[in-house]
Amino acid sequence: MAEYHHHDHVHLDHAPISDHGHEPRAEYRVLERAVRELLIEKGVVTAEDWRRQIELMDSRNPSMGARVIARAWVDPAFKQRLLADAKKAADELGIDTANAPRVMALENTPTRHHLVTCTLCSCYPKAILGIPPAWYKSEAYRARAVKDPRGVLKEFGTELPDNVEVRVMDSTADLRYLVVPLRPAGTDGMTEEQLADLVTRDSMIGVTAARNPTSVS
Amino acid sequence: MATHKHRAMHDLGGVEPTASQAIDRTEHELTQFDKSVDALVGLMAHPSRRIIRVDELRRAIESLQPVQYHGLSYYEKWLQAAHDLLLEKDILGEEEVMLRCAAIREAEEKSS
Repeated sequence: MAEYHHHDHVHLDHAPISDHGHEPRAEYRVLERAVRELLIEKGVVTAEDWRRQIELMDSRNPSMGARVIARAWVDPAFKQRLLADAKKAADELGIDTANAPRVMALENTPTRHHLVTCTLCSCYPKAILGIPPAWYKSEAYRARAVKDPRGVLKEFGTELPDNVEVRVMDSTADLRYLVVPLRPAGTDGMTEEQLADLVTRDSMIGVTAARNPTSVS
Repeated sequence: MATHKHRAMHDLGGVEPTASQAIDRTEHELTQFDKSVDALVGLMAHPSRRIIRVDELRRAIESLQPVQYHGLSYYEKWLQAAHDLLLEKDILGEEEVMLRCAAIREAEEKSS
């Protein structure tokens, strides 16, 4: 913690607003390099391990989850397997979830909508959706999602009728959630690939619905 | 209004005034620093090593000083927590980390 004491401009009452995309403080930039170099020199990891891990991270993105959802929309048997064991189902589509914590898929219905948060930290199904957006990790989202879910949904442009139950799911380190959004109307003739284009990251977190086919040219 | 004086600092669900703040929905790319820290922690957590488990990382993050918890960026917190755990587990020594940081800073100053 010694590195931290140089900094007295960090205030308790000031939430870290949009801390992503910013370069780290100088002492943390140096600390990262020091820790990495020492771990490599001690043989705990290799430079190649580190590079590959970053490549793996870069290769993961919400389009993987979108393929899972589109398959579930067209294949009821797959959907049942997804709801029973999301990691195993993702694995069927070549998504490597071997080292990931458990993931539970939550099916939205015309009368039930799921909204996912992690009030305690930032747990997220990274193996299927990639890195979470900054707002998911923000203190405001974490604090608000469980208290004012309909207000949060509205902020994301999502207004649900009163008869739709909203279930807020609070993730844990050992259990993360993947929302299966409702298949939009007017998509009967669409291919699985076209359907996947309608499935956004935000719809799999539950802050929005899947895109309407008329919004996609 | 409920008070939250017995809440741990990371237990943010419903806590005011945070629960009334607008959500900054700006999208951000991760920096190289962010990716590197994520990768290092991922490697430490890998089943072939299991040097840092997810719950340990959380415990270390939740043990940060409140100024750090609320003031550091997401991956700065991860790095501080991973660093603390690596010292705790004697994978790294406090002295050698400090010396290496000093050497890196010195080399950077020379080259700038």
